[in-house]
Formats: sequence, C-alpha cells, structure tokens
Amino acid sequence: MNLNELSPGRSATITQLPMDPDLRCRIQSLGLRIGRRVAVIRRARMGGPLQVRVGTTDLLIRPQQAVQVLVK
Amino acid sequence: MKRIALLGMPNTGKSTLFNRLTGASAKVGNWPGVTVDLLSANVLLGTQTVEIVDLPGIYNLHGFAEDERVARRFLEDNPVDLLLVITNSTQLDRQLALVMQLQELGLPVLLLLNMQDEARRLGIEIDADQLAAEMNISVLPLSAKHGHGLARVREQLAALLSGDSAARKADINHAFAQDDALERRLDAVFSRSVKLPLAASERMTDRIDRLLLHRWLGLPLFLLSMLLLFQAVYTLGAPLQDGVAWLLQTVREQALAPALRNWDPVLSSFLLEGVFDGVGTVLSFLPIIVLFFLFMAIVEDSGYLSRAAFLMDAFMARLGLDGRAFVMQLMGFGCNVPALMGTRIMRSRGLRLLTMLIVPFSLCSARLQVFVFLTTAIFEPWAAPLVLFSLYLMSFLAAFLTALLYRGRLSNNEPLLLELPPYRFPTFAQMWLRGWREVAHFLREASGFILLGVVLVWLLTHYPFDAQPAGSDTLAGQLADLFAPLFQPLGIDSLMTIALLFGFVAKEIVIGALAVIYGVGDGQLGGTIAQHTDWVQAYSFMLFVLIYTPCLSTVAVLRQESKSWRFTALAVAWPLALAWLLSFIFYQAARWLGF
Repeated sequence: MNLNELSPGRSATITQLPMDPDLRCRIQSLGLRIGRRVAVIRRARMGGPLQVRVGTTDLLIRPQQAVQVLVK
Repeated sequence: MKRIALLGMPNTGKSTLFNRLTGASAKVGNWPGVTVDLLSANVLLGTQTVEIVDLPGIYNLHGFAEDERVARRFLEDNPVDLLLVITNSTQLDRQLALVMQLQELGLPVLLLLNMQDEARRLGIEIDADQLAAEMNISVLPLSAKHGHGLARVREQLAALLSGDSAARKADINHAFAQDDALERRLDAVFSRSVKLPLAASERMTDRIDRLLLHRWLGLPLFLLSMLLLFQAVYTLGAPLQDGVAWLLQTVREQALAPALRNWDPVLSSFLLEGVFDGVGTVLSFLPIIVLFFLFMAIVEDSGYLSRAAFLMDAFMARLGLDGRAFVMQLMGFGCNVPALMGTRIMRSRGLRLLTMLIVPFSLCSARLQVFVFLTTAIFEPWAAPLVLFSLYLMSFLAAFLTALLYRGRLSNNEPLLLELPPYRFPTFAQMWLRGWREVAHFLREASGFILLGVVLVWLLTHYPFDAQPAGSDTLAGQLADLFAPLFQPLGIDSLMTIALLFGFVAKEIVIGALAVIYGVGDGQLGGTIAQHTDWVQAYSFMLFVLIYTPCLSTVAVLRQESKSWRFTALAVAWPLALAWLLSFIFYQAARWLGF
C-alpha cells in the first residue's frame, strides 16, 4: 500500500520510492527514506495534504506525492 | 579577504545565526553565476576581517530546487575558505547527509549543532566529541536564538582561518550512487553519536496543532488570526502613516511653500508637486513596511505559515497556488507593497510570480478610500455597504480568475513538501532587524522609480505650463481625449480618465485629483460627481480603479522583487486589460438591461 492509504494515527515502514529522481532527492532529504518508519498524523479536508512524521520531522505532503511513497 | 559560506537546511536557524554574527551590517550583493540576491557582511574575527555569505537554505547539495542550484553555482563560481554548516540538533538523522555532501567538497567545515535547547527538551543527547571524531570535522553546539555558544563559534572560526591555505572554488559532481553510500555511513555515525529518547513525549506543538489544525476549527481560527494580524498591522500603521503625512504637509506648508513663493511658478510647482510629493509617496510606505515585517516575522518564524498552507492547500492547489499565497493575498488588502515583498518566502519562482500577479488585485486601504467616498456620494445609504461588499468579491474573483488563467504559464514545478516546524517565537531583535532591512531594501530599489513616475505624471498634468493644471488642455487632457474611444464604452468620461492617470501614481490622490479636475473643493466634490455621473458610470469607474494598476509603488516593487521587466510589464498590462474588460461587460450589460 502507499502512504496516502495509511489512515491518521497509523504508522508503517517505507519500502519503495518509485518516483522521478528530483522528487526522490527532495523526499529523502526530508527524511522519507527506505526503511524508515513514517506515521500519518492527520489529513486536511477536501483532498488536502497529509501531515506525516518521520523521526522528529513533521512534513506536509500532497496526496499526489504520497501515493508514490510505498509502505508496508 | 577570507570568505565563509554559511550553509544549512531550511528551518535550522541559519538566518538567525547570520544576523547574530553580522548584526545590521549585512548588504545584499551580486555574485558571479548567481541571479538572486545573497546577503553578505564583513565581520572582524580575531585579528582579521572575513566575509560571511548567507547562502539559501538547501536540503541536498545535488538537489534540483532553485535554491539548491543557486547554492551550487555559488560554490562552483566563487572561491571560499570555509564552510560554516548549521544543523537542527533535533533532526541530525537526516541533516548529517547534507553535512557529508559538503564535506566531500574538500573545504574546511565547521559544523554547528543548533537548537540545543529544543534537543534537550526532547531528550535527545548528542555526543559532539564522538560526532567530531566520527566525521573528522570541528563540531560546536549552539543556540543561535539565545546567543549561547556564539563566542566559541567566533573563536573556532578565527582559529580555522588563521592558516595560509588559499580559497578554492568547489568542484561538485552529481553522483547519486555516492549519495547512497553516504546515507549508509550516516546511519552508522548517527547511531554512535546521538541517543534518542525511548518514547517520544507529547510535545507542546502537538497540543497546539490539535487545536489549530482541527478539522472544523482550524480554518475559522486561521481566518480569525489573519483578521487580527491585519487589524494589528493597520490600526498601528494608520496613525503612523497619518503622522508621516502630517509631517510632510507641515514641512511643505510651513517651510517649502513660503521659501518657494517668489520662485518661478512652474519650477516651484515642479519641486512641490513633483519632487516633494514623490519623496512623500516613498516615505508614506515606510511605517507600514516595518510593521508588516514585524508581524510577518512572527507568523513566519512561529511556523504558523506552513500550517496555513496545510489548511488552505486543498483550495489553493486548484489555482496553481498554495496556502502561503493566500496569506499574502489577504495581507494585500492592507497594502500591496509589503505583501508583494512577503512573497519571498516562496522558493519556487513560478509559484512566487503567480502570487505576485494576484496580490495587486487585493482591495488595499488606499482604494478603499476612493470607494468609500464614491459609494457614499452616489448610492443610497442602504445600498452603499452592499456595493462595497461587491467590490471585495470582485477583488477575489479577479485574483482567482488570473491564477486560473496563468497557472499553466507560471507553472509551479516544485511539489509542496513543507516542513511543519515546532511552534517558536522569534526574539524582538530578529523581528526588528527584518523590518529595518526590508525598508532599506525598498528605499534602495524602489524609491527612484517612484520618484520618476510622480514627476512624469506631474509633467503630464501640468504641461503646457500656461494651461490649467489637470485641465483638458494639458498633456493629460489630450491623452484622455486620445483614449476617449477606449473609455467611452465604459461610461468613463475624459475628466475621470485624467483621474485614472493620477490613480496610477497612488489611489490616495484620486479623490483630490477629481476635486482639482472638477475645480471644486473637497466639500462639494461628492455633489458635483453625483451630478455628472449616474450609478452605472460610477460603478464602472470603481471597477476599473479596483482592478487596474494599484499604484506606482506596487509596480516598483513588482520590478524589485521579480527582477524582470517582462514580468513587470505583464503585471501592469494584464490587470489593465482585465479592468477594461470587466468594466465594459458591466457597463454595457447594465445599459442593455435599461439602467
């Protein structure tokens, strides 16, 4: 499954980042790396972004990008 | 002189450290290979003066974001003696990757572990000596915000720069494979030098977020806080602006006018109504710019701006914008000038330009003066507030329409990936320095342009010098006649067209200009206008005033911020076209319906 399918309050481990190198570069620098635990804190209404937490970093990510983060 | 490049990820307190090290002496400078402004300052370290350059915040030295390109180009094209790298101690698990990338450039590195206080609060223990040994670089703890550890940073910098080694340009290769190896090393270094608490305790930030990002309360609270912010800036700003206006008026009437009494009338009019009023226009913006950035520093440094993005993103994303653009649009309702300067927080150029294109549609307080005057003069007391409200709606409509039309061209290619930093409060010194620096920037970049524009409009409305100022015989009157075929279909006569020309300088002077044009005092102006125009004409005029170029200062700042004459031309031409179109549609439709 992907990060966008993870419901708020749940966490999972990142398994794959099938996306273009630009985005992967940025996403990894923000801490979303393969093998890391990621938790979804909340999602904005009406298809808005997700607030996710990796380590001590909280991030805002849009659903379009979240579907490209595969988790287990 | 030796040169230090200051580097770090966004939200690491990099600017705070830079301000701490350099004080108010920093200047904006141009650098080979780099198109954006970078702050730099000369600082005395030990016995030698060195130059410190503040590079934009970057996540990855090999990244594709504009800021990352800028930092890379700077390091490739400018010799540097030392890299001062600042990190957020609470996020070393990912920030060390950047440090390792920078270390591979082969330049001396001093690594700073900032936000020690926050790390301690979270129970994160960092063994700085172990980290220094593992990475083979100098490491110092720091709390830039409170200034703790700063003296040791200065000492260490002086020591590291005392040798005779020559500055070098960096040779940056783009090997991603290396990055992967680097990440593996990172995990090893991190686990040996940093101890994380077993269970993360709930932070204050989480509790505040639960309220401010609440499903139902989040948005109303956001709008409410924006309203309060807006009120604070402009209720504090209005008396200050009045004070400046009073001061200018006094100087003008008590000192300048008597002194120039026996001069040639054309020359004295040029000096008073051209040059002096031009200077006055520039000065009248200063209090509002300082105040705006005092409060913006709070919103930005507190971390609330990325929360605004979270709340508004679902809507703004459809317009090709994000929630931060909405904040700037709202702030534009006070004054467009600082709101345009505030768009600098957006790091993607496309996104920033698109925001700068929509901010000038915000019905600012200067336009409000015109509308309040005209609606009271023309409309029944019950209708006037509704008319005003409709103009606010049109303001949003014009902005959203523009965003929809231009989002393809000014495409925003950077995905929205924002950090939500913990809530922090900036120190007063940080806020003040920010406001002061923005004012200096505005004076340097925009004042000449504004002065020139005011003098130009003075010339148009006074030449030939024997004609009645702003009358139909002046250049302005002739221009109005020339444009009559364009403005007649909008129901705007040639006298009002001259007022529009004045309005190009500043909307505050439109009413005064109308009084001059109609040759009546301010007291009778309302009645005179009501005799000359019906409500359809008046509304068409107001629509035009709302949407076309807000003022010369806005144009100057659009130029200052975009650094592109092409974009500035677009930002002037498109609203003019839209103003004409909307006024035309309204006027013709109203007439066709029999009003």
